[in-house]
Amino acid sequence: MNLWTVQTLVPLPVLVPLFAAGLALALHRYQRAQRIISVVALSVVAAASAGLVVVAQDGPVAIDLGGWAAPVGVNLVADPLASLMLLVSSIMLLCVLLYSMAQGIADGNDRAAPATKDAEELRKALEAQDPDADEGRQRDVLPVAIFHPTYLILAAGVADAFLAGDLFNLFVGFEILLAASYVLLTLGGTSERIRAGSVYVVVALLSSIVFLLAVGLVYAATGTVNMAQLAERLPDIDPGVRLGIQALLLLGFGIKAAIFPLSAWLPDSYPTAPAPVTAVFAGLLTKVGVYAILRTQTLLFPPNETLEAVLLVLALATMLVGILGAVAQDDVKRLLSFTLVSHIGYMIFGVALATQASTAAAIFYVVHHITVQTALFLVVGLVERRSGTTSLDRLGGLATLAPGLAILFFVPAMNLAGIPPLSGFLGKVGLLEAGVLNGSVLAWALVVGSVVTSLLTLYAVVRAWNKAFWQPAPEDVRVPEPSPLPWGMVGPTAALVALSVSLTVAAGPLYDYAARAADTAMDGHSYVDAVFPDGAPRGTGTSDDVTDDGEEDRP
Amino acid sequence: MIVLDNVPSGALLLAVGVLFAAGVYLLLERSLTRVLLGFVLLGNGVNLAILLAGGRAGAPPITGTDDPEPMSDPLAQVMILTSIVITLALVAFVLAMAYRSWQLHGHDEVQDDLEDTRIARLAIEDAPSYADSDAVESGVTLDEEAVAARDEVALPDTVEQPRNRGGDGS
Repeated sequence: MNLWTVQTLVPLPVLVPLFAAGLALALHRYQRAQRIISVVALSVVAAASAGLVVVAQDGPVAIDLGGWAAPVGVNLVADPLASLMLLVSSIMLLCVLLYSMAQGIADGNDRAAPATKDAEELRKALEAQDPDADEGRQRDVLPVAIFHPTYLILAAGVADAFLAGDLFNLFVGFEILLAASYVLLTLGGTSERIRAGSVYVVVALLSSIVFLLAVGLVYAATGTVNMAQLAERLPDIDPGVRLGIQALLLLGFGIKAAIFPLSAWLPDSYPTAPAPVTAVFAGLLTKVGVYAILRTQTLLFPPNETLEAVLLVLALATMLVGILGAVAQDDVKRLLSFTLVSHIGYMIFGVALATQASTAAAIFYVVHHITVQTALFLVVGLVERRSGTTSLDRLGGLATLAPGLAILFFVPAMNLAGIPPLSGFLGKVGLLEAGVLNGSVLAWALVVGSVVTSLLTLYAVVRAWNKAFWQPAPEDVRVPEPSPLPWGMVGPTAALVALSVSLTVAAGPLYDYAARAADTAMDGHSYVDAVFPDGAPRGTGTSDDVTDDGEEDRP
Repeated sequence: MIVLDNVPSGALLLAVGVLFAAGVYLLLERSLTRVLLGFVLLGNGVNLAILLAGGRAGAPPITGTDDPEPMSDPLAQVMILTSIVITLALVAFVLAMAYRSWQLHGHDEVQDDLEDTRIARLAIEDAPSYADSDAVESGVTLDEEAVAARDEVALPDTVEQPRNRGGDGS
């Protein structure tokens, strides 16, 4: 088998971080080696994703793994949608990794998890990290020894979820990234993180069960979990069964994507994690849920107007409830978590309209939102580092203390609110256009709701900016000594902010690419043709002859 | 070509239903250990459901044997094996988390949402949801509240100290 084909690129984003994670765990005593491994692995992933983005332009690239052909075996498919998501998320993961490494270095290596097996000593070290003990100083404890491997596993899980060509592999990808996220969220095991973590973990476990049950039902109804084959078979099954499966899948993904009635867990759990971890979660995890909704809605299921109407209502509720929550917050991290929930509504709006234009706008919006939301959380991490708090009641005067920080916050904040000509504005305009073209009363309600949400977002972030940067600090608050922020942390943040601005500059080509991704995902044959070339009943992999009649076994 | 009977066994269906009912009941509990047991039951219920999706049991799905009986569906079994492994790992993690919670607080109960407690308190005081420059500032940050937040159904920490808690006296 020729190793040097474009198909070789497809499994790399999953395999490289997994192997690197094992290596990093084995070398946990050598922090420098760990760092090098992590950076190299994620750079390779980013390069491979960039390659896939170019290759997938001409059509999805599929590869069968494990020596079994597609409907039976596991396959990975890199279509333009998956490749684009992969590229953005890998760049973002790399930036956050560099940021977190600089944070760990700056805080001193003694913050690493104690390398001891003695239970008494370990317990003392853990208790010393309690916020009760010394809250302000111990906030950003990153036990480096497990941080890097877990982070790499998270990257592998995200890549697997994006590339998965069958529903069960999608489930496995979700589980990989969720398991890693449980560990990252409860790093250090402080009482605050255990409190937030238990809610997060239980909710995520429930969503996984719902998803797995849906996979089982899909298999019972169609005899396959391969997405390409499902795209052919699902339109033929009983509409009632199909609706049930679709609703169950939406329920499972909706919890992960934090759509309104299922979003209550998010703002309470994300802000307690260390700043880089919150940034990754906010930027990526919910978007993986949105991606799964996009994928299943566009590829698997035929249009269903009832469900689309339900999704539109949920999108509206997500936007409004989320942003009203954000307006009421006096902690920047929680405020941003609520805007995150709110802006998920925009993406669901695009998915629910289910036209080519709206899907393209939703894809563009996901790309924009990953970079902007991550950048904002990283900046808030810098603010916290500079001033020791994220409470708006205690912040103030940062514009004179740290003018660079003020700019770094201001640009993505305006981008989030959708001020022209930034990319947030372009994404929103695309969604509004699609909504107006739809023309139904509900779509118009969504259009109005989007504009109101956009304005309220502007209000929320401007209030945060005013209180933290523009107003003088409250008199009773002691202004911390000026200390230069480490360049290793500012650099990746600035890079992400620059990336979010460059999305504006490169909006034309990016929007074209998003439109092509929407086309490929929605036209109903590109994806299937890539998995089953020339209408063959099976993929390009090899299976034993014995399985030839597996097809007819199914009723 | 012998086609497998795809009508699942009624007893197994009933078992799936019972597992789900018991699992959901336990999932609604406050204690993490019970939630975990609920998750285990739900997980097993789903696994059983997937097994049912594969049709009735047949011969072992091993190729090369001369068994004339039709084989069981190996795909369903493969999926179940994977999900059992995943469930095992997650159970281990939640157990560790419950233990850590017990170490810290002397109980493993899921505590109240911070936002809920805040809103409930503000509603009692009839206070504005946040302090503007023209309103009175509360002076208590969310971080401080998070540390102080305790669940109303939980035992107070002073009543029952875990035996091996360190001497930090909190």
